[in-house]
Amino acid sequence: MATQTPELQPVQPKLGVGFLKNNLREYGLLLSLVVIMVFFQVETNGTLFQPLNLTNLILQNSYIIVMALGMLLVIVCGHIDLSVGSVSGFVGACAAVLMVNHGVHFVVATLICLALGAVIGAAQGYWVAFYKIPSFIVTLAGMLVFKGLALAVLEGSSVGPFPEDFQLLSTGFIPDPFHGENLRIASLVAGLLMALVLLVGKVRGRAERVKHGMESEPAIVFMVKNLIFAGMIGALSYLLASYKGLPNVLIVMLLLMLVYDFVTSRTTVGRRIYALGGNEKAARLSGIKTERLTFYTFVNMGVLSALAGLIFAARLNTATPKAGLGFELDVIAACFIGGASASGGVGKVLGAVIGAFIMGVMNNGMSIMGIGIDYQQVIKGLVLLAAVCVDVYNKKK
Amino acid sequence: MGPVQQRTGPFSCNKNRHRHSDMAEPILQMRGIRKSFHGVKALSNVNLTVQAGEIHAIVGENGAGKSTLMKVLSGVYAHGDFEGEIQFLGQDCRFTGIADSEHKGIIIIHQELALVPLLSIAENIFLGNEQAHLGVIDWAKSFVKTQELLKKVGLKESPSALITNLGVGKQQLIEIAKALSKDVKLLILDEPTASLNETDSDALLELLLDLKRHGITCILISHKLNEIAKVADNITVLRDGATAATLDCRADKISEDTVIRHMVGREMADRYPRRTPCIGDKVFEVKNWKVQHEVHRERPVIKGVDLHVNRGEIVGIAGLMGAGRTELAMSIFGRTYGRDISGQVFLHGKPIDTSTVQKAIDNRIAYVTEDRKGYGLVLEETIAWNTTLANLEAVSRNTIIDEGREFKVAEDYRRKLNIRSPDVFARTVNLSGGNQQKVVLSKWLFSDPEVLILDEPTRGIDVGAKYEIYTIIAQLAAEGKCVLMISSEMPELLGMCDRICVLNEGRFVAEFSAAEATQEKIMRSIVASGVN
Repeated sequence: MATQTPELQPVQPKLGVGFLKNNLREYGLLLSLVVIMVFFQVETNGTLFQPLNLTNLILQNSYIIVMALGMLLVIVCGHIDLSVGSVSGFVGACAAVLMVNHGVHFVVATLICLALGAVIGAAQGYWVAFYKIPSFIVTLAGMLVFKGLALAVLEGSSVGPFPEDFQLLSTGFIPDPFHGENLRIASLVAGLLMALVLLVGKVRGRAERVKHGMESEPAIVFMVKNLIFAGMIGALSYLLASYKGLPNVLIVMLLLMLVYDFVTSRTTVGRRIYALGGNEKAARLSGIKTERLTFYTFVNMGVLSALAGLIFAARLNTATPKAGLGFELDVIAACFIGGASASGGVGKVLGAVIGAFIMGVMNNGMSIMGIGIDYQQVIKGLVLLAAVCVDVYNKKK
Repeated sequence: MGPVQQRTGPFSCNKNRHRHSDMAEPILQMRGIRKSFHGVKALSNVNLTVQAGEIHAIVGENGAGKSTLMKVLSGVYAHGDFEGEIQFLGQDCRFTGIADSEHKGIIIIHQELALVPLLSIAENIFLGNEQAHLGVIDWAKSFVKTQELLKKVGLKESPSALITNLGVGKQQLIEIAKALSKDVKLLILDEPTASLNETDSDALLELLLDLKRHGITCILISHKLNEIAKVADNITVLRDGATAATLDCRADKISEDTVIRHMVGREMADRYPRRTPCIGDKVFEVKNWKVQHEVHRERPVIKGVDLHVNRGEIVGIAGLMGAGRTELAMSIFGRTYGRDISGQVFLHGKPIDTSTVQKAIDNRIAYVTEDRKGYGLVLEETIAWNTTLANLEAVSRNTIIDEGREFKVAEDYRRKLNIRSPDVFARTVNLSGGNQQKVVLSKWLFSDPEVLILDEPTRGIDVGAKYEIYTIIAQLAAEGKCVLMISSEMPELLGMCDRICVLNEGRFVAEFSAAEATQEKIMRSIVASGVN
């Protein structure tokens, strides 16, 4: 989470409540996710947190989260990518044709598809970065182009099923050498280990900042926050372990999340992307190669869209012309609910992930409650609007 | 571009502006104005009396409460949001919004102009006040009325010209024309000449005097004391949210030092730090530098400039706006301006490559922009973040940023440059202009330059902070850096530089040593070069 909180007054450790009030945005998001989860847990009579449903929830949202990581960077850069849904559908279609129709080995096909994603991202980023054509228009064009291409590649029909090895990307779980009866012990241990590693990392980071007098977050807030966080991961892995264990795709997702969080918050590249989105002219005058950076952001988005397309195809076990339809809306909504700013320069990776989960939990919960797809959309739209309104209101204050 | 033009309006100016007038009834009285934000006092006790038909200047350091006061007066802060009373034209006023105060004839022109660039002059002037019948605009009427208004402010542009094609100076006049179209009684100008060159500033000030003769009262907020001395009848000095003094310029001559003393609340012995220049060998040199216009490629902007700066020397570049000073600096610094750039740059006698910003930085050149909000800072981010932006390598290992080191660096500069903020995690958007400028300076000092190009380093900064910036510049020169200082404020160049080069229309037209330079000589060299 936040490593530097811009606080004007140095906060005394005792003022935990005051600090929370001033940083509502940071914690409000996590809090709303918890509230929404509890709400649906109660409303669905405990179905939401059942291991089976929880596993489904993760599988259903994995591809949205993967794309949200890339979209966040694009949005922080001050751009938007409307083509991600079509691109993921197109790449899924290509994967199907390669593996099913031409019998290409799944590893080779996967690599080809990821490379294809990079090329697509480069093709769009080229116009945005070097020719300064608004990304909205370039990617709107891309959306149409790749939707059409997906249809063409599949010749209008569905292609499947995929080889079993490939399906494991979405439907597989990490193996359990201990052969636990009702509990996948390896999964549980992996989950707990991860919680511990995260906790240790946070504590060490904090110690470092305290040493330099850079910390403004009160110790009590820090402890409560991270214990809740670690507890949630622990509980989650316990629940998942009591079903089939941790899904492979969850591992992929978590690794990507950690990498992107680290890159955006700790590396020079991440720093430069925020500078570019915050003030492009100032960034350029500070020696940042703004055009190249924008270009690579789109390349990155293309690769992640391709990965999402593969995950989705593997999950459905077939590539259909309709795959990826409307994904871009969920992805973009996740970023904005997660606190990204449409004008660029603002947004956090973890925010986008939480945003995606808020959308996912709502989808899932409302479906279980039997709310029709019609009103689900209405409610999701209103939640997006409300989230951004709260953001804008907070900023004005 | 011509030299100093004599503006010829329909009511041309003569010198006896003191000859008027009945000053019985004040047009505006503000008494005991108090306003606080979240418990922080912005205005603690302001009294302001403006006589009808005068030009009343309001001066004060940044943060003294000038803009807050004007927001109170123009109804941005509605009645009840503040304490105190306002009397305008003998009536108690309780404005609920800007529309309210405009209705009474109080019109404010902000520093950031509020014109729509891609609409025409006529459309802008009657924006929100369209000359229309039942929603259908009467273009002929708008056109004729606009022409009349333009004549009044001394512009010859066609009413259908687009705002975006006009210079800032003319845009400022359009704003005034817009105010005149609304039957203005009290015109408030917030730093109207901040981004104008001397010619345009003079034209604007003359216009204010003309308006005054036509009974329009004017409040002028400005940092430029010499301009105030030219036109103001009364000066109200604000300090720390209270009225520090009201000075009558007609009664006796007010010296700038008097005004400054009231502004800062102390005697300012020197406006520039004393320095003993210690000038060494030639370090930085530019030869035969030529630049074409960025958009209009066929138009030369810099027409073959030779320039050198010695070790420990401060070289000033004087010139009017549009002379090509910023263009010269930016084209040298990573070709961030212009096309078809030719010429050579030398450091210690060796030719260096400055074709990208990164290469320029690597060759130890730094450029501190004239527009710190637009080109200098990422405003949403913190002081520490901005300080290291141009030299992230120095605080990172294997592209991973060491936040501890970054913090130390930023904290170090915060102390050295005396940036007023409790820590380096304050967002730069919340800092005053002077402190923002210091953050931009920190950023470039941290890139460890040998040559510093400072473009208008004290623009829009209050007197106290200016002195601090000057001290920093003097210190840099004393450390042996080469400083190239671009400024529109001639006293600043005269006070700080060892040598002043005068740029006009893309050429150096004169060069003066510190000893021989005077404001008149510089102006004369510009005018003389413009004639042929």
